[in-house]
Amino acid sequence: MSTKQSAILETTDLCKRFGGVLATDHVNLNVLKGEVHALIGPNGAGKTTLISQLSGLLKPDSGQIKFKGKNLTGKPAHKFARAGLARSFQITSLFADMTLLQNVALAIQANAGHSFSFWRDATTDDRLLEPAYHYLQTTGLAGNADRLASAVSHGERRQLEVAMALATEPSLLLLDEPMAGMGTDESNLMVEILQKLSGEKTILLIEHDMDAVFTLADRISVLVYGRIIATGNKEQIQSNPDVKAAYLGEASNGEASNA
Amino acid sequence: MSETKLKNNSKPRPLSFWINAILLLLLAVVPPILFITGQPFWLDVFTRLVILALAATALNLVLGYGGLVSFGHAAYLGLGAYAVGIPTYHALYGGMDAIASFNGFLHLGLAVLVSALFALLTGAISLRTRGVNFIMITMAFGQMIFYAIVALENYGGDDGLTIDVRSEFPLISLDNPLTLYGLCYLSLLMALFIVYKITRSRFGLTLQGARSNEERMRSLGVNCYRYQLVAIVISGAICGYAGFLLGNFSTFISPEMMDWTRSGELMFMVILGGAAFLCGPIFGAAAFILLEEVLRDVTIHWHLPFGLLLILSVLFFRGGLSGALDRLRSQGDKP
Repeated sequence: MSTKQSAILETTDLCKRFGGVLATDHVNLNVLKGEVHALIGPNGAGKTTLISQLSGLLKPDSGQIKFKGKNLTGKPAHKFARAGLARSFQITSLFADMTLLQNVALAIQANAGHSFSFWRDATTDDRLLEPAYHYLQTTGLAGNADRLASAVSHGERRQLEVAMALATEPSLLLLDEPMAGMGTDESNLMVEILQKLSGEKTILLIEHDMDAVFTLADRISVLVYGRIIATGNKEQIQSNPDVKAAYLGEASNGEASNA
Repeated sequence: MSETKLKNNSKPRPLSFWINAILLLLLAVVPPILFITGQPFWLDVFTRLVILALAATALNLVLGYGGLVSFGHAAYLGLGAYAVGIPTYHALYGGMDAIASFNGFLHLGLAVLVSALFALLTGAISLRTRGVNFIMITMAFGQMIFYAIVALENYGGDDGLTIDVRSEFPLISLDNPLTLYGLCYLSLLMALFIVYKITRSRFGLTLQGARSNEERMRSLGVNCYRYQLVAIVISGAICGYAGFLLGNFSTFISPEMMDWTRSGELMFMVILGGAAFLCGPIFGAAAFILLEEVLRDVTIHWHLPFGLLLILSVLFFRGGLSGALDRLRSQGDKP
């Protein structure tokens, strides 16, 4: 990956404090157009806090978030999404009482502009259902289109998360631990799905699974106690002494407590 | 792409559809027959049932499909009824020339407009809260209208106001109980059709998405507030229209009809009948009227069994009566 590419997402000195804890400590993060950028760090490093700010659900105390050159700092979440930034949730956040197809169709509808259409039947509208079905296929869920989101397995819900994020046709996909709580088979399937996407999408991936990160990521940033201590490619990160001390050294403990 | 996978219009109609259809058919046929065979009392009961079902259908849009527990919907019923009473009063006794009229279209327009406006103003503020706060603030707005009307000594204040002349329309006369029932019944059908269309539209799906998971909707880029506000305005307008019918039916209006307990009764109908089921409010209104008529003869504390029934239905019948019907269907579907 050439480093001359332009940054699609850029944060400058981003800070977020919860009481006495500086959960995000002057974070300067660049995500380049077209790359898969992984954000790793031990439990409690502030990864989810950071991604929540990057998707507008949390407001930073100071610092700046620039996306595609526009300053989005302090804007509400739906403005972030409208600007082309989609996220999946670590704890799955779906429309449990709707089918998988309806879940994705809602995402497509949201992306298609306002929904102040009161009369035309949207539940049989091919302009929503066909692309929705397409994204279910992309994420390996086509066979489950008519099942309720509350009735499918954990792994399938995670896939649905990705399908919904994709359906908003984002310029940047924020994936918050897409493999969390998955078995080996489910994880492998997810890695496959993400690998297929990696050619076409810019992805910021937060993930505990080191194998997945090293397989998928072009660049990796390491977050420890709210601070980014290193950014680089796989080899640079693996050989970085700070990273070894702070993260990889205790990875086995971290994984165990995470399971 | 397999077209058949995406569309399921070819599915056979579920049992609940036929039960709802039969219910609506019975409502069209039975009350007129009772009236013609010399039991006008029952036509009155059914007229009230249909008007309450209409108001509950309006509430269902917000409470059932929108997941917003509005505890102030009786205010719209009251506003609609006073939109009949006040112009009629002035037409008879002078004053307020701008609205003094017996013209039914004026009454109707006023009822819908004032209710929609009230819904817009109070909804815009209420929607800044959620959960219990939303319930309390909608109730507070309802009570605000209640006390405002009590303070209007001109129109009877606490004692209420008798409507001496019903709204006048060309060709039909609402003084004929059958005509009035027909109008109420057709209005209910129309409202059901409107709610049916809305809930299947993009607007309706957005509303239901916000009920299901509002944070998720926001991260999909949807500003839920605007959709919920429009839903509240539509609901308020329909409920105000129901108030217009109620005023013409009872020919007596008082602040009591917009008391918070009335709002509670509407909620009772929606929840017992089955929130987010199209015909749920009709079942709810029917159950309400039935219990009221039966229990009122037995005991003056007839609200107590009501409360118990509601608790039981919330605990054991998810989706109320319609939900129970729906489960009946899905069990029947299995081989």
